[in-house]
Amino acid sequence: MEQATKDHAELAEIFNRDEERVDWHDETLWWIRQKRDKITHQLPEWESLRDMASQIKFNVLSNLSTYLQQFEKQALAHGIQVHWAADAKEHNEIVHRILTENQVKQMVKSKSMLTEECHLNEYLATHGIEVIDSDLGERIVQLAGEPPSHIVLPCIHKKKEEIGDLFHMYLGTPSNMADPQFLTETARGSLRETFLTRKVALTGVNFAIAETGEFVVCTNEGNADMGAHLADVHIASMGIEKLLPERKHLSVFLRLLTRSATGQPITTYSSHFSKPRPGQTMHLVLVDNGRSVQLGRKDFRNSLKCIRCGACMNTCPVYRRSGGHSYHTAVAGPIGSILAPNLDMKKYADLPFASTLCGSCSNVCPVKIDIHDQLYKWRQVLMKEGYGPAGKKLAMQAMAFTLSSPTLYHGAGKMGRLTLKYMPFAVNNKLNPWYKQRDMPEPPKQSFGEWYAENRKKK
Amino acid sequence: MKVGLFIPCYVDQFYPGAAIATLQLLEKLGVDVVYPANQTCCGQPMANSGFEHLTGGCNELFIKNFSDFDYIVAPSGSCVLHVREHLYDNKQPEKAQETAHKVWELTSFLTDVLKVESLPSKFPHRVGMHQSCHGQRGLHLSSMTELVAPDFSKPGSLLKMVEGIDLIELDRKDECCGFGGTFCVTEEAVSAKMGKDRVADHLHHDAEYITGVDMSCLMHMEGILRRQGSKVKVIHIAEILNSEL
Repeated sequence: MEQATKDHAELAEIFNRDEERVDWHDETLWWIRQKRDKITHQLPEWESLRDMASQIKFNVLSNLSTYLQQFEKQALAHGIQVHWAADAKEHNEIVHRILTENQVKQMVKSKSMLTEECHLNEYLATHGIEVIDSDLGERIVQLAGEPPSHIVLPCIHKKKEEIGDLFHMYLGTPSNMADPQFLTETARGSLRETFLTRKVALTGVNFAIAETGEFVVCTNEGNADMGAHLADVHIASMGIEKLLPERKHLSVFLRLLTRSATGQPITTYSSHFSKPRPGQTMHLVLVDNGRSVQLGRKDFRNSLKCIRCGACMNTCPVYRRSGGHSYHTAVAGPIGSILAPNLDMKKYADLPFASTLCGSCSNVCPVKIDIHDQLYKWRQVLMKEGYGPAGKKLAMQAMAFTLSSPTLYHGAGKMGRLTLKYMPFAVNNKLNPWYKQRDMPEPPKQSFGEWYAENRKKK
Repeated sequence: MKVGLFIPCYVDQFYPGAAIATLQLLEKLGVDVVYPANQTCCGQPMANSGFEHLTGGCNELFIKNFSDFDYIVAPSGSCVLHVREHLYDNKQPEKAQETAHKVWELTSFLTDVLKVESLPSKFPHRVGMHQSCHGQRGLHLSSMTELVAPDFSKPGSLLKMVEGIDLIELDRKDECCGFGGTFCVTEEAVSAKMGKDRVADHLHHDAEYITGVDMSCLMHMEGILRRQGSKVKVIHIAEILNSEL
């Protein structure tokens, strides 16, 4: 697969070949970022809400095992079947086992980034089980055979004309039909059929309450509810970090989630599931998949506070101009870049470098994760552990050596300026990535140090 | 008050004008400024590339050059932030800490320490102000659009003291220019695109000059402007504040 071998810079370079498309992608996401700004500025208590959410999550992470046990006890008491999965493989096997036990070959699934992280759809496909994603955006990328490019807006990289083509191909709409209303109606009709005929529905979990053993699923389309209410079996997959201690804490997070995600005051549907209805079976799969390792990494622990709102992606100038797929991991953008190396340092060593460390991500984060500081810290860990290119290490060593000596530095500086002045071809060429789209600075006659020595001789 | 002038390496080599303006401006305001000749670089290029463990030599040199001053002032938000956050020395940890706390970015030194309220400068041009990320979000030189907080700008308040200046409003007040240190070459495509977009916002509002507190962002945008054949120039904020025209 192409994405397995190319790093962020290469994939972003490919994305940038179509500049008009980059502009469109950037502006679409910037529009959402502006909606977010507008609605957050309507709440004078916004910053204290963020503080509070961050502290609640800090409590959760500090006492995770206690809350998990409390949660499990409550859930079991209400007749929810609780499963524990150490990793993606175990999660997928548990889901598969439930499907096999129910003799089901088809399943409807509402949005769940955790199942993307676990590659559940591919796993089930290899076992002959068809999964239909019911979130409209997810359905679209599923038809396109692509992973989501954004955790809240999975098909934000697709234009409506392209969606029209996909629907024409798979759902029988007329060709060249790109009217959003018409396309949505078509998807709704096709999904309704799915909802009515599926015996098993899988949903994600946005929040789980330790106090009550219930879980909350937030959607704007009501698709999780349609699936879960109509199916005989409801499977919910959740990462173990999704817990909140008490029900009252939920109000803080529901106020933060959609304001940060899409600029809405609240999600259209925030549904509480606390026990199976009569005749229904409810399974809850609690997934670790690297989370307890991340919990053990002091510098990166805070990343587990994430409530998956996507605000850091919308605000990230790099994400907006490189597209979600360039991050080659389920969770793209700044937050993905601090989560992914925890799962596989070698594979994702490029991601913490896909940032200018501008810090906007940390500012929009509703739970105040120090995202850009963690990006910086991951860079240190990854290079120390030897996951950087060999040439880079040598270059850095040479640079550090030169800059540690004033004599060498002054010599090198002079050489650099003279080279630029008399041999510009030595730097103004294809091998110099700066020169590709930018001119080099004009070399001055003398450095400031030289000027100072001449003009402030008294010292 | 004894002030050590800290001139970032690339400013020293490529933009001596910004450094001279910083020195002259501080002198004009009656500050006793000294430029230690043996300074090189703060070590940020290595650190941001993941090689902070190789910055020991730069740190030692920095402490040696600057620890005796009351204040250390630099015309750069980015280098100042790096020193403040990452200057360490295992052999003399307290001295390193102490030195790190003395480092100031030029405009905030003017507004917060010297409490400058007027300037004898004149710059009758249309100017766009680029908020560099490390200065803005790292050093809190100005308010940030993401936060629900009162509006302020330390460099902005100084620019408003300049006679004849026409400051433009940008569509995206505080978007990153895409320089990002080594990011500008390791992620060339995204970096250049970000730079082009940032420049376009200024051009769209008819800027004659683009200014800012960080010469690195300006160098990046200058590279793009020149490639486009634009007449718009970049100028460090110290040069505007120091101009008497």
